[in-house]
Amino acid sequence: MGETMTKDAAAPEAGTERRLNMIEAINEALDVMMTRDPDTVVFGEDVGYFGGVFRCTAGLQEKHGKSRVFDTPINECGIIGVAVGMGAYGLRPIPEIQFADYIYPGLDQLISEAARLRYRSAGEYIAPMTVRSPFGGGIFGGQTHSQSPESLFTHVAGLKTVIPATPFDAKGLLISAIEDNDPVIFFEPKRIYNGPFSGYYDKPVEPWKRHKDSVVPEGYYKVPLGKARRVTEGEQMTVLAYGTMVHVAQAVCEAKGVEADILDLRTMVPLDIEAIEASVKRTGRCMIVHEATRTSGFGAELSALVQERCFYHLEAPIERVTGFDTPYPHSLEWAYFPGPVRLGEAIDRLLKD
Amino acid sequence: MAGPNDTSSTGDNRPALSLHVPEPNFRPGDKVDYSHLNIPEAGEQFRPDEACAALDTAPLAHDLIRVLGDDDKAHGPWDPKLDADTLREMLGHFAMVRAFDERMFRGQRQGKTSFYMKCTGEEATSISTAMALASDDMVFPSYRQQGVLIARGYPLIEMINQIYSNKGDKLKGRQLPIMYSSREHSFFSISGNLATQTPQAVGWAMASAIKGDSRVAATWVGEGSTAEGDFHSACTFATVYNAPVILNVVNNQWAISSFSGFAGGERTTFAARGLGYGLASLRVDGNDPLACYAAEKWAADRARANAGPTLIEFFTYRAEGHSTSDDPSGYRSAEEREEWPLGDPINRLKKHLIALGEWDEERQTALDVECVELVKKTTKEAEKNGILGHGLHHPFRTMFEDVFEELPWHLKEQAEQAIHERETKFPEGLPAKGVQG
Repeated sequence: MGETMTKDAAAPEAGTERRLNMIEAINEALDVMMTRDPDTVVFGEDVGYFGGVFRCTAGLQEKHGKSRVFDTPINECGIIGVAVGMGAYGLRPIPEIQFADYIYPGLDQLISEAARLRYRSAGEYIAPMTVRSPFGGGIFGGQTHSQSPESLFTHVAGLKTVIPATPFDAKGLLISAIEDNDPVIFFEPKRIYNGPFSGYYDKPVEPWKRHKDSVVPEGYYKVPLGKARRVTEGEQMTVLAYGTMVHVAQAVCEAKGVEADILDLRTMVPLDIEAIEASVKRTGRCMIVHEATRTSGFGAELSALVQERCFYHLEAPIERVTGFDTPYPHSLEWAYFPGPVRLGEAIDRLLKD
Repeated sequence: MAGPNDTSSTGDNRPALSLHVPEPNFRPGDKVDYSHLNIPEAGEQFRPDEACAALDTAPLAHDLIRVLGDDDKAHGPWDPKLDADTLREMLGHFAMVRAFDERMFRGQRQGKTSFYMKCTGEEATSISTAMALASDDMVFPSYRQQGVLIARGYPLIEMINQIYSNKGDKLKGRQLPIMYSSREHSFFSISGNLATQTPQAVGWAMASAIKGDSRVAATWVGEGSTAEGDFHSACTFATVYNAPVILNVVNNQWAISSFSGFAGGERTTFAARGLGYGLASLRVDGNDPLACYAAEKWAADRARANAGPTLIEFFTYRAEGHSTSDDPSGYRSAEEREEWPLGDPINRLKKHLIALGEWDEERQTALDVECVELVKKTTKEAEKNGILGHGLHHPFRTMFEDVFEELPWHLKEQAEQAIHERETKFPEGLPAKGVQG
């Protein structure tokens, strides 16, 4: 844990609520779980002494020891592979993949091994790992530090996929993920590590401390997997979003004066279908937003589910607002990003009749 | 050739390059001559201390550790000096695995299951090695290590139930035959994807070290699969964390129809790959049960002493096809098996015991008959639980279980759909036999 944070955590000023950014909240979740459960181990590229390139594991090695928090070779196949073996031993591994874009060499170990271990061994062996990884764009990461590959994982039987959008949720969801006995992919939207993002990239960065969901309780608490969060309540339309796009959607709706029922899905698998269904049946209009590429994106699944379950309640075609089907370009990052213009036009189409 | 990717050079005098595509020495019909193989005398190889520096093993990575000589006697510093009872126990496991393989192969041909894989000729690489480990050392096998289960006393009926995917199969009919799993026997679930078990074994060993445990891990991988990235990951993590793990590479010369040259075997030994990582590396006569035992014991002692991981290449020969699904006469010379210069491991152990005055042909015959009879009896018993495709499988609902610890809504919906489909197909209820439901 960083020095500033330790101070904050130990001695919040009287009368003020403790506010953390997302990095601090994630760090605290790891610390809480490492303290509670001696079987947890944290490892990944640069996570040990240095504390991670985004600082999410800062201070953990010093506090919990080198055999429970350590650096690894630059080898994602090995990182996930040893996590499977550690899980078989009885540990609860929490590997970090430095960028979601780097996860592909580990896919066979995730898809063919971790995801199916419980099934193929009829419950003899499980893979209770939580794979943390920063994902998404908006930080000028170019095509290898910006991707949103969540739908590769939601497509795999046996994996859970979790994406928090606030510090409060990041801590509570991560604790749930670590305690979960199934393998969980925990994608952290790195654009909002330090503050929520409205999508108006030319405006000054907003810090988390002014956001209501940066109030993070000390110690242990859980946000359950599979329960969506209602961000704003509204009757005009439903917005299904997760991660960074929750904040963008909220800002655009506010700017346009649209009263939307915005659902932060939090977990793709398991999905809170009840909340989705109830909301769309009430509003009759649905906009799905994600930063990932469009074709076969998770929005396609959401759109199909809404159509199957809410067809006779729909008053307009479902809108999908996504990144384009190109690699994430460096210089044209904001042309790729599903920003206020793309969302605004989709909202206009949804509401025009 | 002209196009955006055309990078061919034009108009210079440099010689044209040519691609080397490896070709085995012998193809079907060819006369086989193994005189190019350098087979040293048994007993000639030095035996370093188990706690030696990894690179002190370098000469052994290019040699071949052998104990049993042509005179059927044990020679040299690697002689594990096993007592006669242990040697007879080993021989008993050998006989059992061979009888089991014969029966199961035939069962597949009779349509009782979809698939089988024998380990004929390679028995020592799993049985002798398993006997050198503690019974609670964790093993991460590939698909040809049935000998480990037999040596650890796993019930034959469990193996057959699994092979038949019947209602007695504790893996609920989910896995291809022979992809066993037994936590009770410290035997990891076999994947079917190749070499994935190798970094997992390293991870298990790291966990054992993290927890201050005394158990070590061992994994097996074919020489062909060492080409997978996972194997590189395993070697790297093993050396970085000095993990208490043994990486057993079974070089049986063939990966289905591709000879070891397609894993780089033309250039260096498989044992020698370990040296580059800083792993202790041994190359062993894989058809010499005593050498296999001794090498695995050396590596297990080394790991247990926190002295580091070991890579062992077992130089052996896959005497049969890869599985029931291929016919080796289509890609290699039938003479290879007959001419293989390292002999048959079972025969070599038998002759050794006879040379010691601790065994004879009569007892061997009785042992073989006893194993065949036991396998036959157990097979009949297992068939009462059903054979593949004859309806006696696990209850239908189990198909949706164990995807997750708890059934999420979408799997509940899909399970209802599946049950509905079955009721539509069989409105009168499920027939007793002859359908897959």
